[in-house]
Amino acid sequence: MAQRSIREFDCKQFLAQYASQKPSGFALSSKQVLVDAETDWNALKKSHPWLLKEKLVVKPDQLFGKRGKHHLVRLNASFDDCRAFVSGRLGKEIEVGKARGTLTHFLIEPFVPHDEEYYLAFRTLNDADEILFSLRGGVDVEANWENVISLRVPILRSLQENALSEKLLSSVPSERRGPLASFIASLYRAFADLDFAYLEFNPLAWSKNGPELLDAVARLDDTAAFQHVEDWKTISFPTPFGRTMKKEEAFIASLDAKTGASLKLTVLNPEGSVWLLVAGGGASVIYTDTVADMGFGDQLGNYGEYSGDPNEELTYLYAKTVLQLVTRSPAKKKSVIIGGGIANFTDVAKTFKGIVRALTEDAEAIRKAHVKLFVRRGGPNYPEGLKRMKETGETLKIPIEVYGPEMHMTSVVPKAIDWVRS
Amino acid sequence: MNSILFDETTTAFVYGLQANPIQRMLDFDFLSRRKIPSVTAVINPSASGIHQAFFGSREIFIPMYRTITEACKKHPPVSVLVNFASFRSAFETTQEALNQKTLRTIIIIAEGVPERQTRELAAQAKKDGKWLIGPATVGGMLAGGFRIGNTGGSLDNIIASRLYRPGSVGFVSKSGGMSNEMFNVIARNSNGIYEGIAIGGDKFPCTSLLDHLLRFEQNPRISMLVALGELGGEDEYDIVDALQQKKISKPLVIWVTGTCASVFPSEVQFGHAGAKSGARKESAEAKNEALRKAGAMVPSSFDGLPNAISQTYEKLLKMGQVKKMVEPPVPALPIDFKTALAEGKIRKPAGIVSSISDDRGNEVTYNKVPLSKLFEEDASIGDVISLLWLKKRLPKYASRYIELVLMTVADHGPAVSGAHNAIVASRAGKDLVSSLASGMLTIGPRFGGAIDDAARYFKMGKESGMTPREFVNDMKRKGMLIPGIGHRIKSVQNPDARVELLKAYAKKHFPKTDYLDFALEVEKITTSKRNNLILNVDGSIGVMFLDLLSSCPEISPDEFEEAIDLGILNGLFVIGRSIGMVGHVIDQKRLKQRLYRHPFDDILYV
Repeated sequence: MAQRSIREFDCKQFLAQYASQKPSGFALSSKQVLVDAETDWNALKKSHPWLLKEKLVVKPDQLFGKRGKHHLVRLNASFDDCRAFVSGRLGKEIEVGKARGTLTHFLIEPFVPHDEEYYLAFRTLNDADEILFSLRGGVDVEANWENVISLRVPILRSLQENALSEKLLSSVPSERRGPLASFIASLYRAFADLDFAYLEFNPLAWSKNGPELLDAVARLDDTAAFQHVEDWKTISFPTPFGRTMKKEEAFIASLDAKTGASLKLTVLNPEGSVWLLVAGGGASVIYTDTVADMGFGDQLGNYGEYSGDPNEELTYLYAKTVLQLVTRSPAKKKSVIIGGGIANFTDVAKTFKGIVRALTEDAEAIRKAHVKLFVRRGGPNYPEGLKRMKETGETLKIPIEVYGPEMHMTSVVPKAIDWVRS
Repeated sequence: MNSILFDETTTAFVYGLQANPIQRMLDFDFLSRRKIPSVTAVINPSASGIHQAFFGSREIFIPMYRTITEACKKHPPVSVLVNFASFRSAFETTQEALNQKTLRTIIIIAEGVPERQTRELAAQAKKDGKWLIGPATVGGMLAGGFRIGNTGGSLDNIIASRLYRPGSVGFVSKSGGMSNEMFNVIARNSNGIYEGIAIGGDKFPCTSLLDHLLRFEQNPRISMLVALGELGGEDEYDIVDALQQKKISKPLVIWVTGTCASVFPSEVQFGHAGAKSGARKESAEAKNEALRKAGAMVPSSFDGLPNAISQTYEKLLKMGQVKKMVEPPVPALPIDFKTALAEGKIRKPAGIVSSISDDRGNEVTYNKVPLSKLFEEDASIGDVISLLWLKKRLPKYASRYIELVLMTVADHGPAVSGAHNAIVASRAGKDLVSSLASGMLTIGPRFGGAIDDAARYFKMGKESGMTPREFVNDMKRKGMLIPGIGHRIKSVQNPDARVELLKAYAKKHFPKTDYLDFALEVEKITTSKRNNLILNVDGSIGVMFLDLLSSCPEISPDEFEEAIDLGILNGLFVIGRSIGMVGHVIDQKRLKQRLYRHPFDDILYV
């Protein structure tokens, strides 16, 4: 659970709904539709008649930016233009920065003619919220970052509109300053009330009707979900662009969502030779670091961790999923690091039971795949857990090395790398 | 702000009835030779009272209060709250704690507290000059002085990492899981930790790595600092600033984890909410580099951390800034009964033996038959009675007979002594159970309690080889009435319909009815003397049970004898009749009957 990105569509709908509920003299348009491969365009026309009456904008809505630079925005378009634009691009694979992904979702909204493009963002810091503003918004805001002015709103204090006008908006033409300040103040209240972690509008445009939110980027603090059961009903948290979840990752994510324990899996290289089956959020990062530090980052099959005292069944399912990935890897020799620090209260023998079950079930495939296991773990009941692991390796004839807290946590990593190299 | 949060006299409240962490804190106290337990009271919003725990081998009572305010009022010296409230209530409870003058340090264990709430709490605490640790943390500990909750893990580990006595290293990390690993690393490469704090894995922990490092800096008993940072966020740059401004003068060994982020194709959320790969400045490499430049000891990888710590420690030893210490003896902690039992170290005869049912698994079993099987097989209450009383699954005709008996004896009107007593008690305003018990207590030799005796005597008579007439004469010679013979009202001319129904069933369904036939012969003789000396309900149920048990192949002759000796047949009357008595009790209450008083004219005063 952490800060998670949401679609521009959800962000705008969410804010419009908030604005409509609070009598703050603050109104936002809710004229947005999200289209994907399932969309029935004829039904859409009927349910959203404004689509036929107004000039429109269409663009992908998949958590990546710089859409204009990638020629993925169509301005001043008719409904049919939008439809053609989308059907020409839906399902196409594109590259944005480091990520490659498929276009699946598009946002259509009214086209707003405007003269100025400002930049506005809200973010959270340790002891304050920060409002960022620039007169020179738009595609080049990063190049002109020195023009961005910021105003901090310390936690436990409320935002003063005159501070906004004086500090943030001093160079805005005076007739716009008042309305802009009250607009930003309202947006800030929405930002805080709705538990946004980040909210950015680039540009925030000035049209004949005053301020208009054009492109939006937003992250929510998803730990606040329990306070927003009603508000957040329709919000989804898509995976970052270019990261379609693999079957195994989706399975582990579904287990993770159902339990108080934590189960994480990211497949890095399905053909990798070094695999991790590590307990603990902190320890898992350190194991991953160590593999990378030793120059084997490209050989690392996965990142993952299990923690928060998962029961035997969950540990079993987690281990089985990882082990199946391992046995499927075409690498000649493979090592699995069953690692972890010294647990505070997790019963090591108990969690190892689930791993032993998974190993026993897939023993044949594991033997054939030339897998060696490297175990290092400490914590309550660890001698029993390590003994059980050692016995399992011996009975199943799977090569295994077993260590306790007497050995440094990451010292199994060079051993695991030596095995796949030899 | 005073830098000392914990010493060996610090006491705490634990919010939430967390029996295990409480016991772990107390066990740590004992190993550390603390004079007083570190847990003074428990705050449990759903109950007040006492919580029992061990302090060494002594059992102690820890008071339990419903609110933090109440606990603080009763125990002003307590300065720490270990808050185990869930992520839903962590905010409100911590706020309540911050409002208490007497509390100074609050540890928020919950993971998943909304960031805005956390930041508000942190700001409030700063304003009030209080310390918050967490959220999403195991807490921390002062070695040999004070343990927060589960920090430090098992007792074996506390001993192995020498956490029962203070060393000279101040340690702080984000990760709670890794803190225990680091305690071990530090113990192996120096004289161990003095204090170790896990600030929690969230993006906005209430106190930062630097907050605690500055605290350690001011503590004269700490000679060196070790910290473990994490990718994501920019907190580590505050440490860089503090090093450059010479706010930290003690040697600092630090490693920022997450150097692996560059191998990831796109943004990945690691196990901790605050650890996210992304911006260059927030990367582990950039942070490690900046810290190294600012003068911290930064190894080239996590593997190099032990070495960096031992080198720094050795240097301090040489310079005389730490002194070799004499290791104090570790007191032996009494082992928990449960643990010892699980490890096979002790044994003890059981206080209670039970052979009929087992509630330990997912499902209760009656004589090893799971309840679900009885449901599936459409079993009856007769089957349940035979399983729990006779430890047998009887054939259908037998369990049906048990049910017929229950139906037959369920009630016999309001005039009989049991129902009467129940009615009188009910009308006196007594509750259902008391009124039922009042009726039940009349069951005995004269009322309803003759089934067993009837079975015993007819069994004895039949098996002794006597003819029915010899049996009658024998009983007469002994001056005994035959149990199960005779009725106040019913007679040969006015037979008891209940007996007729049961007899008809037995004749039709039982494989044999030897005992019943014998009893009917006896009845012929007794009714020839007086026409109300019939085989009554008790008698007929008793003798038919003899036929039933002796004819069931499931019941061995020994088990047959045992069943009669144990007197299980009266149980049938008790169960059956309680149905009627409960009915009478309810009936009286429904009819709003007033207190019963027996009329004077019906009493003979002598």
